[in-house]
Amino acid sequence: MSGSTAANEATKVRSHPFIAAVILIIGTALLGLGLAVSISVGAADIKLRTVWEAVVHFNPDITQQQIIHQLRLPRALAGALVGACFAVAGAMMQGMTRNPLASPGLLGINAGSAFALAVCFAFYPGIQFKFLILFSFAGAALSAGIVYGIGSLAKGGLTPVRLVLAGVAVSALLSAFSEGIAIYYQIGQDLAFWFAGGVAGTNWTQIQIMLPWMIGGLIGALILSRSITVLSLGEEVAAGLGHRTVQVKAAGTVIVLILAGTAVSVVGPVGFVGLVIPHVARFLVGVDYRWIIPCSAVLGALLMVVADIGARMVNPPFETPIGAITALVGVPFFLYLARKERREW
Amino acid sequence: MVVQLSQTERMKSRRFIYIMLIFTILMIVLLLISMDTGLIRLSPIDVVKTLLGAGTAKNELILFDFRLPRIVLSVLVGAGLAVSGVILQGISRNVLADPGILGINAGAGLAVILFISFYSSKEAAPVFLLPFSALMGAGLTALLIYLLAFRKGEGIAPTRLILVGIAVAAGISAVMIVLTTRLDPRSFQLAAIWLAGSIWGTNWKFVLALVPWLVILLPYAIYKARVLNVLSMHEQAAISLGTAIERERLALISTAVALAGSCVAVGGGIGFVGLIGPHLARRLVGPNHQHLIPASAMAGGLLLIAADTLARYILQPSEIPVGIVVSVIGAPYFLYLLAKSKA
Repeated sequence: MSGSTAANEATKVRSHPFIAAVILIIGTALLGLGLAVSISVGAADIKLRTVWEAVVHFNPDITQQQIIHQLRLPRALAGALVGACFAVAGAMMQGMTRNPLASPGLLGINAGSAFALAVCFAFYPGIQFKFLILFSFAGAALSAGIVYGIGSLAKGGLTPVRLVLAGVAVSALLSAFSEGIAIYYQIGQDLAFWFAGGVAGTNWTQIQIMLPWMIGGLIGALILSRSITVLSLGEEVAAGLGHRTVQVKAAGTVIVLILAGTAVSVVGPVGFVGLVIPHVARFLVGVDYRWIIPCSAVLGALLMVVADIGARMVNPPFETPIGAITALVGVPFFLYLARKERREW
Repeated sequence: MVVQLSQTERMKSRRFIYIMLIFTILMIVLLLISMDTGLIRLSPIDVVKTLLGAGTAKNELILFDFRLPRIVLSVLVGAGLAVSGVILQGISRNVLADPGILGINAGAGLAVILFISFYSSKEAAPVFLLPFSALMGAGLTALLIYLLAFRKGEGIAPTRLILVGIAVAAGISAVMIVLTTRLDPRSFQLAAIWLAGSIWGTNWKFVLALVPWLVILLPYAIYKARVLNVLSMHEQAAISLGTAIERERLALISTAVALAGSCVAVGGGIGFVGLIGPHLARRLVGPNHQHLIPASAMAGGLLLIAADTLARYILQPSEIPVGIVVSVIGAPYFLYLLAKSKA
């Protein structure tokens, strides 16, 4: 307690609690609106009143209400949850490593999960979702281990560029394995859509299984947020303030793996949400991770819900992979970051 | 001083000749092994007999119509990609540069996917046009990367070039994903195998489509070796030596892009050859581009034919795309280089 007060005084962390509160309130309201839109648009034309009734008092005898309840509601919820997970995982990684390019997609964690799931699809085709999630965690941990290991082996330590290059190479390696498996077992097109990312097939059982992991991860992130703020000031500063940096990093890494692993097991390796959203949040609310993490969660959820609506609107009645849409939003932003060499923290 | 220099030069030249001799012997051995390997195994004696025109009709068919075009293509594609990598590494002064990592392969790939999806409804695509479309894609992508990485006053910083390349590759991949999920299942399978990097043109037409590019571009690269030697030094050194840098750089980048584009068109999305070929060569013959370019071409050709032979052998009777084999070998090597590199 005294440590972080000292941190606030010593370094004058720039933060805007008022803006953060506004974002949380307006963001949540927009999220609610987005969910409503997401539930009401789709291949079947359904009136808003029916939508409302399906949500409020669901009557299983009416087909339209069934579409809403069984297909669109879980899909919209999954999008929001997954977006929050990716964004918070990215925010934590950026804070812990002080690396503006850190995010689950770029550092190969998504590819690791995807590889583990390709293995599942090929060898245990009927696997239950609750075990699938565990595989996904294992894959995420595998690739994160390799990327961090390689990055830190190098002389000069973990520079942003080195970490990204390691991430690209590990992604290439694991994707090569996934592709090999896909071609050999002829599960290519099944995997392709899922690789590209999509929330279309989500059902209530999946949501029930992933919800505890996600909520646990998000709460954990909030608990750690104060320590991450201190870490983001630099490891020496954190250690000097009496913070146990190793424990915080270990706990933080586990939370990142849970969040990213769960999210990938639901929608596939969607990139760039975890990269872009934390930057937006940091830009708006300052560098206090007690605000960055909840704001990232809300904004990430919002982005995914909107991207999912976009995925259905671009080329109806076909679905466009959501990962492609977030990439098209994220790439220009990544370019901006790559060109801007000035670093804020 | 002068005498000493020329002595070390002569030693290096002799070393270069030895290495090229060893490469050639290795190449002949690998070619023979590769010609034996496949669903139907031929003994080395059968292969030699058939090559000399004394084989059975069946062996002739297998060797001349199916196996040889693919083998020749692997060697050519490997050589082209490796030389493209040498040039890019020299220009960017970054040993981790490679047409795959810089997104040029992705650009060529996008053009090819567009080409396939455009022609899929009609007759088979005119094969000789494929390298042109890939070339266009590669060229436009390179131009985009160059413009995005360029900053007034500083030119092209190597780090920025790589980050921009990665971003552009990610964006193009996203577009490709959108396109491929819209294809019908048969075209999709074709596209997926192409993207994974498969020497898929197993007839002589593809060889004929690729050869003119290499016949022009490889000698040109060797001819420009001195310029590359100058460019791979510091910018200031290059300026003071009076080379018209920007023009030379542009010509060389175009060469690298044209090499990568035409090779990717027939070989598919093969990464890491442009990274590893030059690296092996540099270790063996040193940094002088007059030696480095031919040695890289040989190393790249060897690497790809080895990978292709493995790809045909590992999971018989199905074949894995050679690009996957190269990634499985190449990515760990890249990581090793990364771990060893200094900041």
